[in-house]
Amino acid sequence: MPTIVEAAASLELTGIELAFGNNKVLRGVDLAVPAGKTACVIGPSGSGKSTLLRATNRLLEPSAGDIRLGGESVLRSNPDELRRRIGMVFQHFNLFPHKTVLENITLPLRKIKKLTADGAIEAARIQLELVGLKEKESARPGNLSGGQQQRVAIARALAMKPEVMLFDEATSALDPELVKGVLGLMADLAGAGMTMIVVTHEMGFARQVADQVAFMDHGVVVESGVPEQLFTAAESPRLRQFLSQVL
Amino acid sequence: MDIWSTLKDTFLDWESMKAVLPEMLKVGLVNTLILAAASVVLGTVLGMIVAVMGLSRRRWLRWPAKVYTDIFRGLPAILTILLIGQGLSPITRHWWGPNPYPLGILALSLIAAAYIGEIFRSGIQSVEKGQLEASRALGFSYTAGMRLVVIPQGVRRVLPALVNQFIALVKESSLVYFLGLLASQRELFRIGQDAAATNGNLSPLLLAGLFYLIITVPLTHLVNYFDKRLREGRPADLEVEELTHADHR
Repeated sequence: MPTIVEAAASLELTGIELAFGNNKVLRGVDLAVPAGKTACVIGPSGSGKSTLLRATNRLLEPSAGDIRLGGESVLRSNPDELRRRIGMVFQHFNLFPHKTVLENITLPLRKIKKLTADGAIEAARIQLELVGLKEKESARPGNLSGGQQQRVAIARALAMKPEVMLFDEATSALDPELVKGVLGLMADLAGAGMTMIVVTHEMGFARQVADQVAFMDHGVVVESGVPEQLFTAAESPRLRQFLSQVL
Repeated sequence: MDIWSTLKDTFLDWESMKAVLPEMLKVGLVNTLILAAASVVLGTVLGMIVAVMGLSRRRWLRWPAKVYTDIFRGLPAILTILLIGQGLSPITRHWWGPNPYPLGILALSLIAAAYIGEIFRSGIQSVEKGQLEASRALGFSYTAGMRLVVIPQGVRRVLPALVNQFIALVKESSLVYFLGLLASQRELFRIGQDAAATNGNLSPLLLAGLFYLIITVPLTHLVNYFDKRLREGRPADLEVEELTHADHR
């Protein structure tokens, strides 16, 4: 993959707490991802993985803790500014169906990055080429396969030149035969030096691509470490039980 | 009694129709279109404001929108038109004289805005939450996300219902007649009614009805077209889809 990572930054989450009413979903999560590294977050449904990603880019506001991007605390800055530095890819792609593939990418480039129409189109085409979908630029998202839609979503996020990428179960909604292409693209991105937090049920991906893996349960990181250690010598009984069910 | 002859004399008096046709074309049709078009534009703008207020997280914006909708949807159109058209006339005649059109258009627009606001609101609420979330994740503000991503999708989904409301507005424009119109201000219905009273048969009114149909029937087909396109996608998209099926990865 050509160089697509211009300014990967480190990301540190410290003591992140978040609740929906009385339901405490995150209970003091710590996670540090050095610049250019990939952290995979695994765990059972309802453990708070997706909420953690949304707290990271402040789509949901943490009630306690700190977020440091590139060493600088960002919890008190403008959340819109923060999100422009952190790309996010969703389980259900969330492409804008009323826009073409190209327009999905140029819209934020023009309105947020203030690129000219020509500049935005050029930047969008570069990203589409990187994800292998240049020929689909005039198609509507609804006419693409799930795998193609997810690759467009990745291109849209990358076009904003993020310093960190968040992936929220990016392959969970895909047919099995389409998963490989998207995971390959994510692996390429990790190899290119992007800082990434990947919430995933793909244990193979976590094992092969991640620099570190964090296992979450009931709103806390129960155990984290390098993949080999976590998958072969898990310390906590809860993680061992989880792995015995999914591997 | 010859029923056919009676019906023919009442509804199909060609001479009466021929006599009133030029005035219907030059005055009635033009005025009806002015009333309807102005009310559609103003009603749509007001309706969008009502919808956005109704969706607001702030109670002080939400409640006025709800009360407004309840009142203007709940009152008979003719009552609103008379209350506004006649009630405000002493105040507004300083600005534009006794012309009933501005207040008639205002009344029609206020009524339409209550319905159009609800149509917009339902459309906007039907857009998946992930759309706003994705736009916010890209760095759009809430307002920009709504304006650029959510509202355009919501409006597309309710285009058929919206056009239906425009059709209703074309028909309701005839109620402005109750405000008292000068000869040059008469719309289709009033011209038909005057001619019917003069000629002693309903043929001019039937002609007025035909003119209404000329306006509304194409709009009805427009609704069907939008509906079909929304269900099946655009023709260009269908071609893309066929090509894509062979190339899914």
